This record gives sequence, structure tokens and C-alpha cells, in this order.
Amino acid sequence: MVFDYAPAPESRSLVQIAPSYGLFVDGEFREAADGRSFKTVSPADEQALSEVAHAGAEDVEAAVRAARAAFPGWAALPGAERAKFLFRIARILQERSRELAVLETLDNGKPIRETRDADLPQVAAHFFYYAGWADKLAHAGLERTAHGGPPRPLGVAAQVIPWNFPLLMLAWKVAPALATGNTVVLKPAETTPLSALFFADICRQAQLPAGVVNILTGDGETGAALVSHPGVDKVAFTGSTAVGKAIAREVAGGDKRLTLELGGKGANIVFEDAPLDQAVEGVVNGSFFNQGQVCCAGSRLLVQESVADELLEALRRRLGTLRLGDPLDKNTDIGAINSPEQLARITELADAGEAEGAARWSPACELPSQGYWFAPTVFTGVTQAHRIAREEIFGPVLSVLTFRTPEEAVAKANNTPYGLSAGIWTEKGSRILRVAEKLRAGVVWANTFNKFDPTSPFGGYRESGFGREGGRHGLEAYLDLTGAEPAEAGAVANEGRRGARAGGKAGGR
Amino acid sequence: MPTPPSSPPAAPRPPVTGTAPSQAELRSRLHGLPGVDAVGLEQRAAGLATRSIKTTAKAYALDLAISMVDLTTLEGSDTAGKVRALCAKAARPDPGDPTTPHTAAVCVYPDLAATAKEALAAAGAPQVEVAAVATAFPSGRASLRVKIADAEDAVAAGADEVDMVIDRGAFLSGDYLKVHEEIRAVKEACAAGPGAGARLKVIFENAELATYDNIRRASWLAMEAGADFIKTSTGKVGGAATLPATLLMLEAVRGYHAATGTRVGVKPAGGIRAAKDALRYLVVVNETAGPEWLTPDWFRFGASGLLGDLLMQRHKLATGAYSGAAYVTVD
Repeated sequence: MVFDYAPAPESRSLVQIAPSYGLFVDGEFREAADGRSFKTVSPADEQALSEVAHAGAEDVEAAVRAARAAFPGWAALPGAERAKFLFRIARILQERSRELAVLETLDNGKPIRETRDADLPQVAAHFFYYAGWADKLAHAGLERTAHGGPPRPLGVAAQVIPWNFPLLMLAWKVAPALATGNTVVLKPAETTPLSALFFADICRQAQLPAGVVNILTGDGETGAALVSHPGVDKVAFTGSTAVGKAIAREVAGGDKRLTLELGGKGANIVFEDAPLDQAVEGVVNGSFFNQGQVCCAGSRLLVQESVADELLEALRRRLGTLRLGDPLDKNTDIGAINSPEQLARITELADAGEAEGAARWSPACELPSQGYWFAPTVFTGVTQAHRIAREEIFGPVLSVLTFRTPEEAVAKANNTPYGLSAGIWTEKGSRILRVAEKLRAGVVWANTFNKFDPTSPFGGYRESGFGREGGRHGLEAYLDLTGAEPAEAGAVANEGRRGARAGGKAGGR
Repeated sequence: MPTPPSSPPAAPRPPVTGTAPSQAELRSRLHGLPGVDAVGLEQRAAGLATRSIKTTAKAYALDLAISMVDLTTLEGSDTAGKVRALCAKAARPDPGDPTTPHTAAVCVYPDLAATAKEALAAAGAPQVEVAAVATAFPSGRASLRVKIADAEDAVAAGADEVDMVIDRGAFLSGDYLKVHEEIRAVKEACAAGPGAGARLKVIFENAELATYDNIRRASWLAMEAGADFIKTSTGKVGGAATLPATLLMLEAVRGYHAATGTRVGVKPAGGIRAAKDALRYLVVVNETAGPEWLTPDWFRFGASGLLGDLLMQRHKLATGAYSGAAYVTVD
């Protein structure tokens, strides 16, 4: 290109990362009980960023105990008082957004353009939004069915979040939980623990009462210990379908409430009467945003045969303009893959696509020698029988299928065990409504993709999980709407959790 | 001066010959173009506007932008003296720094085109083109006879380029044929110009066309009728050039080039005052139509105040110090 953009890196010095971090339990940072720790690295250059504590069973016990102890006081606060803390957290998040954007980019590998313009604004927006609900829960249309009283918090929420949007997934989980009066033990993903630890610092800065938010860093073992802990009332998980199923099995038979937000294999359907230039943008955004590491990614492009050649030509030209490289550079569009494990999975599936006979194409682009990188990739000639059309790749890989009629498009879009997202591109309003009605997906975007807003509920069904996050619906996952009025006198007899749930029974445990 | 990118020479195409399409043909063709999703278009433009252009890239882009300016004065109060001053500035935008490129053109009313031509020659910059607005600029409300005479006057006075306005009333009432025929007729009037004829820029006045769908239709209509450039606005109506509309017009010229092999230029005009905005436009050109359009032959800025800010930013980049308006010549 003649007009070469000179490097425009965001300053690394905006964030000070300590050489090591402890667990955040009961308002304090502490070492893991058994002293274990692990390194977190920058996926763009494989350099270690920090050493973080690895929580074990003993730490889970301590964190749940702290959350349990904090619950009665937090739940008893008037909603307007809880809102003050949430508003304060939201404002601090905004004030520190540049620092947090750099941090997130370093730990995750995603471009600074995305952390700055998408992740961080959404993080603050979620806290602002749910802060507004905290004193209006009685008016959310969520009365308890048993006797029409106002909804009550559940208790201690165990939250396990993924690495693709570390701080945003934290916000999706923590903001509604706190607004509704629950306390939280959150485990960030093993490869992206840092922003959650910075959030812990923000909780202290906001003078949030100790124990209301606890952060445990660790691996899958830590997560398993947390969700299976008997002192937990609610489990919220976002991540892979395989782990989601394991959690569902774990909590089955108990009375823990569960919401799961799992994988997807979203279809982006482009009809012949679509606004084609914008559809190209939507396809790029749908499958290459965040290196495609998005559960609701539009990783299957279904394009009507009559415009397929035109659209694909435009798509290839557009992908040629994507800039892959240093995630801290403000002009980078495609950053690093989060981990070597993920890179291996993407590579394996892409190779399978080629082996199964689909045509593979990538724009000319040089991958850095250090770090975990995968070039944007498009497969054409894909059929429903290919693995790349069925399995979630969770990487910058797009599978292109064609269709002839709207019925065929719907049948192919629905031909997946997942049901999280879909996109429809057409200038014809009636077609949008008719097709959206038939698509089995939790979110259907029309003439746009990957559009998020805290007021809008998000979630899927079938193997994409259940429960909704965001919007008024997102409150429901953290509220007790069915329970009968607890017997005040008898609450203590039911030991521990029941006592606490009734509110203020400090002696109950 | 930035290295000129490889691109075909800026020779205007020969005048359109052959028979004009029918109203029905034009209508079905223009209405058959893919729609424009306004939200998506504006989101794409906003995304490109976040590109960060620094150091060497900024130096390149500032010089490129200066070389693309159609330095404009279109006031009732214009005089020969005013136009001479403008020409001197177009020829040597920064008298203190001879490495500063000259602008692409000066843009004046037809009656001052001859003055501009002389002044540029006297300033030793005959390569700076003279663009004259014509066809009852800015409203376009005159008979075809008057419009053609206006354009002929401009060409006779030595204008290298003619900036015509379309009849927005005819366009909005669906009379695409009238618009098409007017453009063809003015194009023919341009043929009398120097060399292969004056280059024709066709102004839509996007704010009056109101929708992006209309802007895309007007783009194709003008290109098919023989426009060498399509231009956003007259600068005389509020809501002049915008980044999304320019992006859309760049998509149109890209599509037209792919379909016919003919390259058409784009000129946003009106409201672009800051160097930072100009750089955003260049990013949009670069990533939409492509680097082939990154030359004064195929992209222009219709502006007056913009040049001053480009010069101040250029000075700042070269010296590290921000000089201020007093160090830049007024027009």
C-alpha cells in the first residue's frame, strides 16, 4: 500500500502490572493457601506479564465463607445504597478505562482498538445499567409467583468466566448479581486473570464492603471446586459447551440455580436483496471481531447463490485491508490468538476443513514470529457435512455455504446443535420478520451483527446454554422468584444458607 | 511532495457518444442497485475514522492532502484581486518552505476563470488547474440552454475543470433522464476545453438528496452520463461533505471501475476544515476505493480554510512547534 500507516502504539506505561498478584478474598489480597501460583503471558509476544496465585479448595472455602458472611448485610442494604456502589464502580471503570484497555490487550492479545472502543465502554455501561435497577427491583415485573412479594436475592453467586472478553464477561456477571443483592465469588479464565484482579482493586477503591466481591484465580480445577461448593446458591458460567455440561451434571439434583452461556455456530444469512457493502462489513465483523473468539460469532456465512460471487469477491478485497499485528497498535484490526491451546484447536479444525475438501483462502498477511497468530481464513465450498460447518472453531475462520431459497437458508441455519446467534441481511422488512421467527437462535441481528447493549438480553438455547444476561431479563437469573416466604423463626434450623438467605440471621452459620 | 502512486494518466475520457438510455432503463437500473444500510455505513465510516496516522504516515498524508485541495472562493464579493491572492497561495501555499506541494486547483465562478488562469501562470504554477463552477451554481435552477452557455463560458475562459450541479428537483421527482441528459450536454460543452477537454465534476448536493440510496443512485447516474468526478456538495447548503457519504461514493466509483474499467474521481466539498478530518478522508479513500485513488487525479478536497490547518500541521510536524494562524497566509 502506498499510504502505509506508521506504527501508532498505545503506551504500555499506562498500566503498571505488579510482578505477582494474590487472591482477592474478603476485601484483601492474599497468597493461595498452598502457595501455588502460575504465570500469565502476553499472547502477542509470549512474555510473562505477572505471576498470579492458584486458588485451591481451601481458598474456595475461604472465599465462599467471606461471600456468605457479607451477604446478609449487602442484601439488607436499600437498593439505592447498593446502586451508589455500582455507580461508583462504573465511574472508576470509565476513569481508568485507558489503563484497563491496555491491560486487557496485553493479557488477552486482542487489539487496543477493540478494548478501547468496545470492551471498556460496554463494561462501564453494564455497571451503569444495573446500578439503575438496584432500587427498582420491585418494579421489574418479577414478583414471586408464590405470593406476589418482591423478589429476593439468591445468596452467593459462583461465577466462572471465559478469556475472550475477560472484563466484559466479569461485568455481565458481577453487575446484575450485585444490583440484585447477591454476593460474588468469581473465577476469571486461567489465561486472562489480570483485569479481574484490577477490578478487585476498583472494588476497594469504591469502598465496596469486604466479601461482597471475591476473585479467585486458577484453572479448571479451581472452577470445579467453586461451582461444587455447597455454600454456593447460584452458578453462572460462560464458556465451552463441554465444561457447561460438566457443570450441569455437577449441580444436578441440588438446589443451586444455574445459568449457562456456551458455544455457538452462528449463521449470517445474506439474501440477494441485501445492502451488499454493509453485509460485507457485517460478515467481517461477525467472524473476525476479536479474532473470531466470540461465542456468538457469525462463523457460518450463508449466502444466496445469485449474489455469492459478487459478495465473496467484495469480502476477499475487504479482508485484504485487515491489519494483523501488534495488538497495542491503534491501527491493528486482528490481534493474537489467546493461547497456544486455542491456536492448536483452530489450526486442527482449519486443517480438517482443507482435508475434507473445502477451498481455503487467506489474504496475504505476514504473521509475527513471536506469539500465537492465525491469519483470517475463509473456506468456500463448505457443506453441512464438513466439520468446519458444524463445530465451533472459535477463531478467525469463516465457512461459506450457499443457499437458493429462504427455506433452505433457514433449514441450514438451524441445522446445528447450537442456538446462540444469527444474522439476516436483506432490505426487505417482511423477510427479516419471517426468517427471524423461524431461526432457532437466542439473538437474531438484522442488517447488523455483534451489536451489544446492556439493555438487551443475551443468551441461547440447546447446546448454547440457557438463561439470559443483560436487560431486565438478566435480573431474573439472580433473583428468587419462586420460593415461599421463609419461616423467620425456623430459618436458623435450616442451617447456614437458608438462614443467610432469610437475611440478617448472622448466627445461622 | 508525496511519491505519486502508480495510476492511469488523468486524461479525461472522450465525450459520451451513442444513444441515451430511456427513462425506464435508467430507472430500473438505478433502482436495481443494492440498498445502503445507513447504520452500517455510518458505523464503517466511524470505524475508519479511528485510524491513527502518525509520524511518517502523517507527513505523507498532509502533503498528499495539500496536493488534493481545490482552493475555493465562491462568493458574490469575489474580485480579481481576491482571486489573484488565492492563486498565489495555491501556487506556493507556504512561501517559507518551497518543499510544500502546490494545490491541485483553484475553484472560482466562470467569470473569474480567466483571471485565475493568468494569475497562476504569472505565479509560475500553470500546472495548478482552474476549476469553474457552472450550470447555474449552486441551485441549478436554469434552463439547459443557460446551463450549457454557462459551461461553455467557463471552458472558453480557460477552465481546465468544470464543476456542474445536477438538477436536484428533477432527480427527486424521478426524472433521471433529464439529469442524465444535462450531464451529457455539459460534458459535450467541456469537450471544447484544452487537450481532450475540460474534466467534468458533477455535484449532487447530498444534503438535498437526503438519503444514502439517492446518493448511490446519483453516483451511478452521473458516472454513466460521463462524469469524470463526482462531488458531494456545493458548500452553499448546510450538511455538506460527510465521511459516510464520501465512503459511499468511493464504493460507487470502485464498483463502476470494476464493472466498466473506467475510473472516476471523488471530491468531498464543504465543511472539511481540519487537517485531522482530511486525514480521515484519505484513510477512507485508501481502504475503500484503494491506493489508486490516492492522487490529485482521482481525489480532491473542495475547501478554503482546510489548507491553513494542513499547513500549520505540516509545520508542526517538521519543527515540533505549533506556529499558529498568524504564520499562515490568509487568502
